Amino acid sequence: MTEIALVGLSHHVAPVELRERVALDADQAAMLARSLGSAVCLSTCNRTEVYLESGHEDDAAAALIALAGEPLDDVLYRLHDDDAALHLFRVAAGLDSLVPGEGEILGQVRGAFEAAEPGPLLDRVFRQALALGKRVRSETAIGESPASVPSAAAALASQVFGDLEGRRVLLVGAGRSGERAASNLASRGAVIAYVANRSIDAARGLAARFGGEGVPLASPAEALADVDVVVSSTGAPGFVLRPEDVPAKRHRPLFFIDIAVPRDLDPAIAALDGCFLYDIDDLEAVVAETLAGRRVEAERAEALAADEVERFRSWRASLDVVPAIASLRARAEEIRVAELAKLGGRVTDDERAKLDSVTAQIVGKLLHLPTVRMKEAAVGPDGVLYADAVRHLFGLDEEER
Amino acid sequence: MVEALFWPVLLGYGEAAVAYASPRTSRAATWGVRVGWLAQTALLVAQARRSDGFPWATFAGSLNLFVWLVVTTYLIWGCRPRFRLLGLGVMPPAALLFVVARLGGGFGDGAGSHYPNLFLVLHVGFVLAAFAGFTLAAGLAGLYLWEERRLKRRSPDILRLRVPPLQALERLTQRTIVLSLPLLTLGLAAGLVRLRQQGDSTDPLEWLTVGTWFLYGGFLVARPVGRRAAYVALLGFALVVVSRLALAGGHFA
Repeated sequence: MTEIALVGLSHHVAPVELRERVALDADQAAMLARSLGSAVCLSTCNRTEVYLESGHEDDAAAALIALAGEPLDDVLYRLHDDDAALHLFRVAAGLDSLVPGEGEILGQVRGAFEAAEPGPLLDRVFRQALALGKRVRSETAIGESPASVPSAAAALASQVFGDLEGRRVLLVGAGRSGERAASNLASRGAVIAYVANRSIDAARGLAARFGGEGVPLASPAEALADVDVVVSSTGAPGFVLRPEDVPAKRHRPLFFIDIAVPRDLDPAIAALDGCFLYDIDDLEAVVAETLAGRRVEAERAEALAADEVERFRSWRASLDVVPAIASLRARAEEIRVAELAKLGGRVTDDERAKLDSVTAQIVGKLLHLPTVRMKEAAVGPDGVLYADAVRHLFGLDEEER
Repeated sequence: MVEALFWPVLLGYGEAAVAYASPRTSRAATWGVRVGWLAQTALLVAQARRSDGFPWATFAGSLNLFVWLVVTTYLIWGCRPRFRLLGLGVMPPAALLFVVARLGGGFGDGAGSHYPNLFLVLHVGFVLAAFAGFTLAAGLAGLYLWEERRLKRRSPDILRLRVPPLQALERLTQRTIVLSLPLLTLGLAAGLVRLRQQGDSTDPLEWLTVGTWFLYGGFLVARPVGRRAAYVALLGFALVVVSRLALAGGHFA
């Protein structure tokens, strides 16, 4: 019987130096999958896995070892059938990810599946995995919470403003961490309007990348009247912004993100009406809390994945009785047609049509219950016995012979 | 028929009042609101068909109609998951007031009022619809203040318990007041015209309602933002509550 096999390695067992050697881009992964027959190759920064239906398990392992350039005995895992299906379901649901519930993996699974030429078994299990991935994201809150400081900052800004589309951002400092937070805001539609930095050239350079304006660090307060969000991450030893720098007459909130250590923004700003200030400790506390929430949701997602494996198992088991059901229906149809033919010219065309319809309905109704029962029994351990009994009782084997 | 519909309404609103407490059952709560609202709509229709006049001209009757209007306003946009906490604020009082309406005899046919039906529909209907809107605006303002406080305090669980963004709450509060004030204006105008025709003197409730109108009118002119806007919406609601209580003093007598 055809089986599903999985050969691969992931962040759980392999260090990044090894993972980057076996990582494949989308074209290479598709090529490897096609070279192995009915297979799907999923390669991301956290895993390279080959799902097979064709039995080329050793070939897949050899391909990965060749990519790694070293034996992979300690890190390569091999899973089969239900275990392989469960693993794929957990991967698609984001449960096997470095950050539980991250959403990117579902798109990567879809990409790998669409680029490959899977057989019916892999086709089914991947479609189930994709459906499960969507279901987990809609029925649990596992993917809702931010898992990093920049994404937490952006999520908090959204909590104040709602949609960040068109919201204007002042980035104070041209460092890496501030840039990451600004990028996260920009990816949600915010506009990086100003970059303020001690070196005006660095400010202009970074501002140009975001389509904003570079301003000297001495004058960020002037830009405050024109922005909704301030992200600060300079290396300044003291406060860069104080309450007196914030315009008193504003008709909209101001959201301050201070990811600098030592802090750039005077904590007294938080006391101003309509001003919200989060420093690095606050943001890390929010991330820790949301990750704890993700773990709770992950338990619900695990239950959904387990249900999906049960469904897959039932479907696979039903495949065992499909040939018997098909033979039984074919035999019944053959008898029906033969008996109708015996009527010859004793009936009119109109009567023949009516008889054809009635006998087809009778056969259909008679076979409906046995078909349903066989499919139900197929899930149990004696499902094959049912199929054998049907073959024996109706002489289907003899006919096949 | 009317009495028989009491239980489905109470069951729907009661279930919603309890189920809104947990995010996992908030979908069931929303269905409770919908089922309860449908049953109460049927109840009001049955009341109207049975009555020769306007059946909600008593204190308890108007309470019955008021609950329906509040839930209707809530249903328009409040059933989204992020507004679960608003449902938790709206549905328990709605269920309680519905019971009070029944105990007070608010399911009767309202016979005996000496006011013309058209006047009652315009005056009571519009004023109650406006009050329902102000009630919801107050709920939104309360949610705004609570969420703003959490953001100010930098609660680590701020993103775990999702509520609508602050600016969305502020905008919705404002819009609800913008829509409700014209209704109050029409209802008040109908009452004042009637008063002039009859040559009656104004009672304290009428002065209070005029005061409420000025407060919300001032809100729309000044367009306060942030916390101030929320406080004004809550102050207006306090006047609405006092008006509702004063109504029990026999405004329709």
